[in-house]
Amino acid sequence: MRYLTDRKRAEGKGASRTGTEHHWSMQLSGVGLAFLVPTFIYIFGHALGSDAAAAQAMFARPFTAILTGLVLVVSMRHFARGAAMMIEDYWRGTARKMALIFVISLSWAVSAAGLFALAEIAL
Amino acid sequence: MVQLTLPKNSRMTVGKTWPKPQGATSLRKVQIYRWTPDDDANPRLDTYFLDMDSCGPMVLDALIKIKTEIDPTLTFRRSCREGICGSCAMNIDGINTLACIYGMDEIKGDIKIYPLPHLPVVKDLVPDLTHFYAQHASIMPWLETKTNRPAKEWRQSIEDRKRLDGLYECVMCASCSTACPSYWWNGDRYLGPAALLHAYRWIIDSRDEATGERLDALEDPFKLYRCHTIMNCTKTCPKGLNPAKAIAHIKKMMVDRVV
Repeated sequence: MRYLTDRKRAEGKGASRTGTEHHWSMQLSGVGLAFLVPTFIYIFGHALGSDAAAAQAMFARPFTAILTGLVLVVSMRHFARGAAMMIEDYWRGTARKMALIFVISLSWAVSAAGLFALAEIAL
Repeated sequence: MVQLTLPKNSRMTVGKTWPKPQGATSLRKVQIYRWTPDDDANPRLDTYFLDMDSCGPMVLDALIKIKTEIDPTLTFRRSCREGICGSCAMNIDGINTLACIYGMDEIKGDIKIYPLPHLPVVKDLVPDLTHFYAQHASIMPWLETKTNRPAKEWRQSIEDRKRLDGLYECVMCASCSTACPSYWWNGDRYLGPAALLHAYRWIIDSRDEATGERLDALEDPFKLYRCHTIMNCTKTCPKGLNPAKAIAHIKKMMVDRVV
């Protein structure tokens, strides 16, 4: 039980002066992925069914390697920010903070593992 | 974690069925949410039958008839009965709207009436709007100026005045905010469509000189950016306004400040 005025409850801790950067970066990565993902699927689709040497040669090409790297990093950053938004929507307290740490760590781990695998194939 | 089921003491039970009016040829079944803080009983759904030949066309007419002729304990807010005061906002046939301007002919089958969702209930169809009003007050819904007051009046061009159309008409009925899932889950921190529509109304007022401060006060992941453009607010607004568009404009102004 706390004797807070209605206005005090509505104001909370005030505005954090953040959020616009998150909003803008989600728009940027969303637009970026709209071009990156179809291009990647088109190129990756061509490699399906080919032997290991051909696939390796395709990923060794600069355009394909850079495109794959971009898809990995941009999509994981987009995923992390989007998942963080959902977690903030539905989770509270310590569970929210733990889930945010997990999702952000997961996105970086997947990016790092993907980039390492790409380097292994391409180089 | 968000609560996905109602607590035990909020679960609906079957309520009382009131007798049908004698000699009525045009009957309509109306089911209304009932709850009172005076006892420990769960909310219930009472059933009433109305003779439509002696009832006005709007849902509010039905409620007034029930209160006057059948059950005087039925509690609801109402005032202007013409969509101006916003008092009689409630959930009718699954839609948050104003009972005074919602015709019963728009409803197929039985008429089901509940209070606005996801707000504490004071009694029956009366929700507690305390936090909603406090959030509205927090966006400073008045003209803020720094220049000395002019001798006659703050002037505004016809074009600048037109920019307020579609914003100033909001009657603060809370239909939009209580239709918004983001407001359901995070209503303690998210301002909701109604407060944000009013915030935008003052942000773009050509006479207001606190635009920066107003945007600063909204720049927050919860106060503003909990809006996920679900559009329930726009779909349900009984005045035909577009709070989602106003929020999108605020977000655009925020981006324009940094990019």
